[in-house]
Amino acid sequence: MATPTPRPARAFRLPRLSPAWAPYVFISPFLLLFAVFGVFPLGFSLYLAFQSWEPTSGLGAMVFVGLDNFTFALGDEWFWKALGNTGWLALASGVPQHLVAIPLAVFIHSSFRRLRDGVVGAYFLPYITSTVAIAILFSSLFSTDFGLVNQAIGAVFGGEPIDWLGQPAWIKPAIALIVFWRYLGFNVVLYLAALQTIPKDLYEAATMDGAGRWQQFWYITLPNLRPMVYFGVTLSVIGGLQLFEEPFILTGGRGGADQSGMTAAVYLYRMAFDFNDFGGASAMSWLLFAVVALLTWLTNRAFRPRASTA
Amino acid sequence: MTGRRLTRSAPSGHGLRRRAVVGAGLAAGLGAGLPGGAPARAAAPLQITVAAYPMLDAIVQAALPAFAQRHPGVQVQVVSRQYQDHHTAMTTALSTSVYLPDVMALESSYVGRFAQGGGLLDLAQPPFLGKQLRDRFVPYAFDQAVNRHGALVAVPTDIGPGTLLYRADLLARAGLAEADLTPSWEAYVDAGARIKAATGAFLVGNAQMVKDIVIRAGVQPGEGLYFDDQSRVLVSSPRFVRAFELARKVRRLKLDARVNAWSNEWAEGFKRGTLATELSGAWMVGQLATWVAPATQGLWRAAHLPGQTFVGYGGSYYALPRQAAPERRAAAWDLVQLLTLDRRQQFAAFKSQDAFPALRETFDDPFFEQPLPFLGGQRARLLWREAAGRITATQVHKQNNFADEVIGAALDSVLDHDRDIGRALADAQRLLERRAHR
Repeated sequence: MATPTPRPARAFRLPRLSPAWAPYVFISPFLLLFAVFGVFPLGFSLYLAFQSWEPTSGLGAMVFVGLDNFTFALGDEWFWKALGNTGWLALASGVPQHLVAIPLAVFIHSSFRRLRDGVVGAYFLPYITSTVAIAILFSSLFSTDFGLVNQAIGAVFGGEPIDWLGQPAWIKPAIALIVFWRYLGFNVVLYLAALQTIPKDLYEAATMDGAGRWQQFWYITLPNLRPMVYFGVTLSVIGGLQLFEEPFILTGGRGGADQSGMTAAVYLYRMAFDFNDFGGASAMSWLLFAVVALLTWLTNRAFRPRASTA
Repeated sequence: MTGRRLTRSAPSGHGLRRRAVVGAGLAAGLGAGLPGGAPARAAAPLQITVAAYPMLDAIVQAALPAFAQRHPGVQVQVVSRQYQDHHTAMTTALSTSVYLPDVMALESSYVGRFAQGGGLLDLAQPPFLGKQLRDRFVPYAFDQAVNRHGALVAVPTDIGPGTLLYRADLLARAGLAEADLTPSWEAYVDAGARIKAATGAFLVGNAQMVKDIVIRAGVQPGEGLYFDDQSRVLVSSPRFVRAFELARKVRRLKLDARVNAWSNEWAEGFKRGTLATELSGAWMVGQLATWVAPATQGLWRAAHLPGQTFVGYGGSYYALPRQAAPERRAAAWDLVQLLTLDRRQQFAAFKSQDAFPALRETFDDPFFEQPLPFLGGQRARLLWREAAGRITATQVHKQNNFADEVIGAALDSVLDHDRDIGRALADAQRLLERRAHR
């Protein structure tokens, strides 16, 4: 019987990939993460939307129910109420963000030189601060008996203290104010970036033609900001319709008195984790997605560049 | 897991670590497939995991030395999360069967919900035979853990007998005594009006708190709080109408401070003496005494809830997940028995964390007769012991949490928008009927 001759050991080498694969290898970490944390949850949520599931029984307990969850969601009064609350908050916090951010950005752009970065940073700070910290801070500020907001209102106007977070009529304005305060700086930064791209000669020519500051703002600045307004409004529409953290924390995760602080995203979360209805919650999340897509498309229609009439 | 532990503990060098991991993998593979591999597995210490929330985590930790004496080779890891996070994590763990603990602590309101699914072991079956333990526990606490199919899904460890706490000094200033406060809910509200007139103090934090208890008074056998055993909705019944009328009366007479429990205003109300009573579990005395309003020691007294109403305010349970590793089940069950059936452990939890025992064997201890300084020397534990025996379990429906919200919102609409009670309850009935069979 022949004894096999031992082969000389070779140094371990990684297999050499063709350079043609390099782009795919470099992009693969993102794609992998996106597949795990993006594509899979989306697909699973879509699958769940057609199932009835008692989650504490395990994955095997799902039962296919066709469109039942969608039919239920469309007929659910609380889903429509949550959508109404969301629309109210998106408008009340979103519209002022842009109406204030544009003139504020113009003011900062034209009036500050050396201090500009510091001023912009101050406005941007709320955007990068933890939502939890902000919500806790504002729940103290809005405290009925001991909050600074009521102290200030009482000092100026007098009257009974307002129960900001306990009265249905006041919860939404309180949340809208916080969202406005938080995202104003972000929009200011967007518009400042856009202002820097407007050629200065346009203003010089307008000045020589006798245009005042208001006319320059109306006829030069605003039209040139239009692409950025489109971008900013699109972000506000998407963000506003997905509003979750601020109302969730301020109302103790329960939507507040008479559910007046319950946004669609808060209701979806509660449907799944408080009411154990993951199928219904998934169906509602896809309906919310349809609303977001529709409004984004309408925003696009409203702000897209129009063909020149000249 | 084994591989990861070996990798961490390897002294140095990639080669050594790699060999160790490969070796561990091989050993595990052999151990799984061959009988000869068993000793290698047995050599690893058994570790069981307990998932809990404050203050149950501290109670479990305190019991570990006693458990170590009974099981010297078994390690116990206590994973603690905040209350809400814990129950969300347990829902996720049960739904995916990933990261399941061997012992799961559950608050009473979650026991009913988790009992609807099949994720928890039926402790009535062999080898546990938990139903034989029924006589050893406060009946309502035990019955609350039995689902509609008769499965025992958890074992109670502590309970929260409902009680009325009142400021004796404020009552005295209003010329009232306890007997004026407790005969009925109507008497309670009338006394509140006199307290408000004489002292300016509110009767209660929020009118919703009155509703929360009155709807629990008079639940008939075979009924749950909101649904009966056929999932028929009960919220238009006289029980709810009466609760809403009482809550509305409290609001109209301005007897509630319109604050939510655990808010800053609520705590300040106790500190400043602007809240004359509190409807809660017996455990609230510990909260008031330690951090909410310790300076009010001696001013408070406890009584049964008005109208001889006996309800439970929370409580804790331990359950064993069905999909947890079977080889650790015996040790896990022994730990649960130690925590729930051992007199010393139950007392230790009572003394250190105010966890009122669910184990009846503890009830004859002289500790119950000790006066409580915060309640002006009152022997209130005797009162709560009596209440514990008179509480009855109510069926939990899978839509109970949603019904809680719907009824709360319906009362909000009555209190804040002066909505007609009948119409508010009819709307709530309609909403719940849509959900009852989902």
